[in-house]
Parts: sequence; structure tokens; C-alpha cells
Amino acid sequence: MQFRNLARTAALAAAGLSMVVAGSLAQAQPAEQFVPLLVYRTGQFAPLGIPWADGKQDYLKLVNARDGGVNGVKLTYEECETAYDAAKGVECYERLKGKGSGASGFDTQSTGITFAVTDKAFVDKVVVETPGYGLSQSADGTVFEWNFPLLGTYWTAADVMIQDIAKKEKGNLKGKKIALVYHDSPYGKEPIPLLQKRAAAEGFELSLFPVTPPGVEQKSTWLQIRQQKPDYVLFWSAGVMTPAGIREAQASGYPREKIYAVWWAGSDHDVKDIGAGAKGYNAITLHNSAAKDKVHEDLKKLVYDKGQGTGPADGIGSIAHTRGMMISMLQVEAIRAAQEKYGKGKSLTPEQVRWGFENLNLTADKLKALGFGEVMRPVKTSCSNHMGDDWARIVQWDGGKWEIKSDWYQSEKTYIDPLVKEYAAKYAKDKNVKPRAC
Amino acid sequence: MFYRENGQFKSSYRADLALFPVAQDRWFMLAFAAIAFVAVPMLASDYSFRAVLIPFLILALAAIGLNILVGYCGQISLGTGAFMAVGAYAAYNLQVRIEGMPLLVALIGGGLAATVVGVLFGIPSLRIRGLYLAVATLAAQFFMDWFTNRVKWVTNDSSSGSVSVNSLQMFGYEFNTPTQKYLLCLSLVVVFALLAKNLVRGAIGREWMAMRDMDVAASVIGIRPVYAKLTAFAVSSFIVGVAGALWGFVHLGAWEPAAFGIDKSLQLLFMIIIGGLGSIAGSFFGAAFIVLLPLLLNYVPHWLGLSISTATASHLEHMIFGALIVFFLIVEPHGLARLWSTARQKLRLWPFPH
Repeated sequence: MQFRNLARTAALAAAGLSMVVAGSLAQAQPAEQFVPLLVYRTGQFAPLGIPWADGKQDYLKLVNARDGGVNGVKLTYEECETAYDAAKGVECYERLKGKGSGASGFDTQSTGITFAVTDKAFVDKVVVETPGYGLSQSADGTVFEWNFPLLGTYWTAADVMIQDIAKKEKGNLKGKKIALVYHDSPYGKEPIPLLQKRAAAEGFELSLFPVTPPGVEQKSTWLQIRQQKPDYVLFWSAGVMTPAGIREAQASGYPREKIYAVWWAGSDHDVKDIGAGAKGYNAITLHNSAAKDKVHEDLKKLVYDKGQGTGPADGIGSIAHTRGMMISMLQVEAIRAAQEKYGKGKSLTPEQVRWGFENLNLTADKLKALGFGEVMRPVKTSCSNHMGDDWARIVQWDGGKWEIKSDWYQSEKTYIDPLVKEYAAKYAKDKNVKPRAC
Repeated sequence: MFYRENGQFKSSYRADLALFPVAQDRWFMLAFAAIAFVAVPMLASDYSFRAVLIPFLILALAAIGLNILVGYCGQISLGTGAFMAVGAYAAYNLQVRIEGMPLLVALIGGGLAATVVGVLFGIPSLRIRGLYLAVATLAAQFFMDWFTNRVKWVTNDSSSGSVSVNSLQMFGYEFNTPTQKYLLCLSLVVVFALLAKNLVRGAIGREWMAMRDMDVAASVIGIRPVYAKLTAFAVSSFIVGVAGALWGFVHLGAWEPAAFGIDKSLQLLFMIIIGGLGSIAGSFFGAAFIVLLPLLLNYVPHWLGLSISTATASHLEHMIFGALIVFFLIVEPHGLARLWSTARQKLRLWPFPH
């Protein structure tokens, strides 16, 4: 008995050792471009993570099936499960960064992991793309050479929400009470500096309600909200916290029309089960990810009908899935832009792909050709502006589907830009980063 | 045959008390150290340094610290994550607030801060024991979660509550490459492991073990419970605090309070239970089991060429991991360290058992 166990232990130890020595897995073939997919299909954020991950992978499959890759360069990919855990995320990053001709860009799907890999990215020279999340100050490309918070950040999201509220209140927010109910993590805390600045300028009162992750228990928070009766609630939540919060709002009788959720808390799976109970719940969309366009038809025809879809077919067109596709599309277009400079039909290094991210120019025509015309507005990045152009719309749940409620908004640059500059400068000072000249 | 100690005579008390009385052990450990210090840095890849070896070493260090408290002194603690957090945040504050702070001083400072907090939360152990003490140390965990999340000063007014360290330097020498970081961790782990091993062999270690085995009897024979228990808390939290500072500084580089949550406490407790309570070597085995096995399970489908979905792989990993924990606990409740010592006993007689 003992010896058999010993043998097993020894075998296990030997296998462990060989893994250490073997290091990374086999290298990819030439004329392929590797895209790492950091995902979380388990854990507290899985409800959001699964459609997002499906969307990211589906779009890569679509590009391979429809166009045969990018100018003939086939896209390869590998998923790595992070469970939204920073240490696991770092391990995934280390595992995938050197695959193929180098990782084309990491969409970490987590603010915590973004923080952890940002410092490493400076050394390893790989791109960290954080569309709609991540560090808001990384929009400043002079300091954050490798970070790309494309399409928008939490600061622009918060700003647009305030704009929409101001519109409803006929431009006067003086004396109003606005509450921020947030996931108590870097993710949830990110909008606070912008909101404080806005509160000081517009004269509204900002109150903060942190919710301890994972946020299943929110009774006391919503009781307090019931007592304080804020005029609006901004809801910075994700994963299992969102339906729990909406249910508590329902139970405590807080009107859902007064709630504004950030884009990660405004997808179909968040409200579907609550149905009519969530009627009136507002969410902001990253560009217009609630819309459908040709890309959805293509995906259905070329990938799902051939039985190669990543997720269930009825997931196509849900907000989180579309957003996943958008993120992959930005990645692919960055590769395409970089190929135009460094040679079409070639595998690119991460540094070359970075150039592509920095010189993205997605015009309306290009987006239309890609099938994203309805979903997105044109985006152009530059050396100093790594965010590109942020656009957002407010959507509302009518009990059965999302309805687009507002026109296009763009964040108020008078508030955002100084804040980006200030925080980026602080980062540069703390980390001894010498800002580039642009 | 290879592991017989025939002909090895101990002619002095010194020789009898040596750390490794058997010559083969000494050679083995020396060879092992040589491999760890010389061969590994030359051969291992960046990935294995950053994702495997460094986390393994740091968690092994934390496990040694916890093992002193739980395994040797018998005080169950669920506050390890909190003590790691104290170490990490104290070291961070030392580094941020004092210009040119050498890394080693910051790490030791983190350890000392953790010692103070550890002793403070160890005071209830004088009145309560067992599971009740575990709950009391749980309070430390929740308190530190709250403290690091809410008190702005701790995170140097970081708006997001996430902190990150800049360059790791010590007397003009910078730790940049994974190899340098690995060697730094390895050196610290070796120093602390030797220190811990010698402490538990000495008078104070015997006091701890006496307290663990029966505290009433121990106090009857003249061991002061206050001194014995609080020193165990102090030494344990010092080592855990240094490990926490290393985890933040060297492994993560940037972290949020969630990095030192209750999960970390439980993970470390599992480590020492699986590795072996009351054994320094067991801390290493436990850390290896918890750090390496999930990675290994993660890689197995790749090696076999199976394409299973990420979610399925992740769930399978959890299931197999859980099953293996149960398996090892049933087969050898005293942990992997006991398996190791049983193997040694057998080897001494091999190939001619009685």
C-alpha cells in the first residue's frame, strides 16, 4: 500500500518537474498570428465572462472562416482561465505572452489583472488592450505606451451618465443627490475621482455605497438607499452582483428608472431572469453594443450554421457577446493596420502590433464593410490618445428587451482630460517612466 | 543499500545534534541547494520562474510561518492572509514614503509590522483555544480586509485602492529579471527555513510543542503560556509578513486588497495540512502540491492533445484537485511529509527488509 502511494507521489513529482523544464508549449507555425484569450468562465463574474469570451473567440473564428485570416495570416488563439483572480491572470499572461510570434494583445477582462500586468507589459513589450475598462489614466499614450483603453473608460462612462441625468433634470443638478453603488474593488472605485470632480462643479451631492464582493448580500446597502432617497443611483457592478442588486432595488421599492448601470452591468443575462421586475433599468453601452448588424448574420451563417460556434446560438446579439466581438475586431484591425506598415501576409511581433493599435483609423466606411456600422462609430487613435473616440448611448430594459433611449453621447473633455493628465503624471513619477514625446 | 548509515559514528554531542545527522542527507541537501542556486537559474525559462517557482517559494515561506503557529504551537489561525497583507502594505508604505528605501529593509519592516499585529491578535489565544481561536483570528482577517480597503492612507491615497511598487532595488543593485527575483526569494526562503528549523529544535520550539500537546501539563512543568504562545504568534507572523511583502513586491508587483483575502488564509491552511503539520519540509511539499498541481492539471489536456473547452477544463481541474486532497488525507493524514519520512525509513533497509 505504502509503496504504491509512494510510486504515485513520485510519478506526480516527476511530472511536475518535467513541466517546469518544458516551460512553454510548442511554438506555432509561421504566417500565423497568435491572439491570447484571457477569460473567466468560472467564478463570481462567469455570467458576464462566458458571453464575452464566446464573442471574442467567435469573431476570430469568423475572420478565419470569412477572410481566411488577416491578409492570409491565419489567426490562432488559446484560452486561459483566470477566474477573475489577479495571480491566475498573471500566470496566464506569462504562459501566453511568448506564443507564436508573440502575443498580439491582452484583453485581460479585469481591472485587477490589468493593474498587475501593466507594469510587466512595459518590460515585456506587449499590448494590454482594455476596451471600456482598465486604468482610466492609461488613455495618455505618452506615459502608457503599451496600454490601450479603447472606446472608453470608466471616467467617460460616469461622465456620460451625469450628462444624461443632467438632461433629464433640465441641466440643473444643484442640490440633487446621486449615489454610487459599487463593487468594492479597483473596478468599482475607478469612477470616483471623476464623479467627485463633477459633483464639485455641478453642485450635486455624491454618496458612496461600497458593496463587498461578490455582492450577493446587498440588503443593508439598499436599506440605506431607501432611507437617504438619492435622486439617482449609479450602479458599478458586474457578475452575480447585478441581478442581486436589481432584486434588492425592487424589494426596497427604489424605482429602476433612476438606476444607471455601467456597461458591464447592462447585458441580457443581468435582467432576463428578473424580466418585468427590472423594467426601466438603464444601462450605458460602449458605443452601441445593443445594436445588431451584418456581422451577426455572417457569424451565424459562416460559423454557427457549420457547428463551429463557441457558445449557444441564441447568445448571438446579446450585449456582452457583441462587445466581445467588438474587442476582437479592434485586435484584428490593429493587426491589419500593422501589416500595412510591416508587410502584408506576415506574422507580426507584439511591438509591431502595438504600432497598429496606435494608428487605428476605423472610418464609418470601414466599419460598415466589417459589418459593425450600426454597432460602432468611427474610432481613431494616436500616439498621445490611446483611447480613441469614446461614444456611448443609454439603453433601457423594457421587461423583455433593451431599447435604445438616448442619442450618442461623448464625454465632456474639460473634465476628463485634466484628470487623465494628472493621474498619468502621478503614475510616471511613481514608476520613473519617462513620458514619450508625441 | 544507498541510504545506509552503517559506519557513521557520532563521537560528539555536536555531531548528534546536527541538522542532518546522516551523511547521505547532507549530500542530498547540498546537491539540492546547488541545483536550486546554480542549475535552475541557468536552465529554467522565464515562464517557470514567474509563474511556478517564485509563487512556490513565497507560498512555501508563508506556509513555514503558519506551520510554526498551527503545526508546532497548536494555535489554529485563519488570519494568515491578514498578516500577509500587513507585511505587504507596511513594506509598500516604507518604500513609498521613504526615498531610496532598500528592498531588504522594507521587507523586514513589513515582517516587523506583521509581528506587532500578530501578537495583538494572538492575545485572545491566552484565553480561548481550538476552533474558538480560529474564529477570533478570522476577525483579524476581516479587520485587515476592511482596513486596507477603507483607510486611504494605507494605499497612499490611490483612487482605486490598488497599489503598485516601483523598482526593486537594494544598495544600488536592482532586481529586474525573473532570475534575480528568483534568487532573492530563494535566498530568503533558505535563510528563514534554516532559522525556523533551528528554532523548533531548540528550547523555544519544545515549549511550543508542549503547549500544543497539552497546555495545562506544560504550564505545570514551568512553561509560561503567555510567553510560549505569544512568541509563536510573533515568529509566525514575522515570517508570514515577509512572505506577504514578497508576494506583493516580487510576484504580483501591483495588487488590490483581494489578493490577501480569506481565500489566501484557507489556501495556506490547506497547504500545511496536506504537506504535514509540524514539519518544515511539509510546508514545502504542501506549497508544491497547491501551486504546481492545478497548473499541471491545466496542462494535461494540452499534452494529451485533447481539445476540451476552457470552462470544462477549469471545472475538471477543481474536481480532480479536490479528489486528490481527499485521497492524500485518507491515505496519509499526517501529510506528504510523513510519506517522505516513511519512504526514508524503507530506503534505509532496502533491499533487505526484515
